[in-house]
Amino acid sequence: MAALINVPAKAKRGDIIEIRTLTSHIMETGFRHTADGALVPRDIITSFTCRYNGTEVFRADLFPAIAANPYLSFFTVAKESGKFEFEWIGDNGYSSTASAPITVE
Amino acid sequence: MPTTRRQFLSLTGGVTIAGTIPIVTMRPLQATPAMLNTAIRNVVGEAQIRTGKVKLDIPPLVENGNTVPMTVSVASPMTANDYVKSIHVFNEKNPQPNIGNFYLNAASGRAQVSTRIRLADTQKVVAIARLSDDTFWQVATEIVVTLAACTEEMN
Repeated sequence: MAALINVPAKAKRGDIIEIRTLTSHIMETGFRHTADGALVPRDIITSFTCRYNGTEVFRADLFPAIAANPYLSFFTVAKESGKFEFEWIGDNGYSSTASAPITVE
Repeated sequence: MPTTRRQFLSLTGGVTIAGTIPIVTMRPLQATPAMLNTAIRNVVGEAQIRTGKVKLDIPPLVENGNTVPMTVSVASPMTANDYVKSIHVFNEKNPQPNIGNFYLNAASGRAQVSTRIRLADTQKVVAIARLSDDTFWQVATEIVVTLAACTEEMN
């Protein structure tokens, strides 16, 4: 699934950097009904994890109250060059990953 | 024998009552403040929650409850022995009281998280931060929503 990741390509060691992620997902709440009264089953992303060279730096539990196409922005300290890995896990076996490189000097 | 008015009324009355039962037994569509308290206690336990340190940035007047930008930040030095462990956001009147749990660590650098949320009604949003010394700090904000999320039909 398509994800939009915004990580600075370069940073100085010790800088606090902002990471912004956006992924496409309907985030169906499970509280809505169709016009003929049937309940639309829940289909949401329940968990998001960000790892920096294998170490978890940020994790979130998501609920139906998160808007469709979940956007998350958070911070971390640039320590070394490497890779950020992102993982979204959701209902009905949904899983999606993305990654972004960073150069720390 | 022709049906009398009394018989007719008792019949239709019975049907009406039978028809309303499913509505009565449906679970409440809105999280009550009691559910909000339970959800908070599930996270916090018996610990005391103090007011302060946490800042919740949400527009006070929201036109469309389907996507409301929200930023939570906590005043914390974010050093190895004084940092924010997690941030929990709750609402008062959505069908379900949780919004999100965000887990940080000492290497986060800045205790700030942004996302976009849904709000089903004009209501209170509560953000609670758990610090590394296991104290809890909260802030509550009242938000007016003109177009609610969650309630519309799907086409």
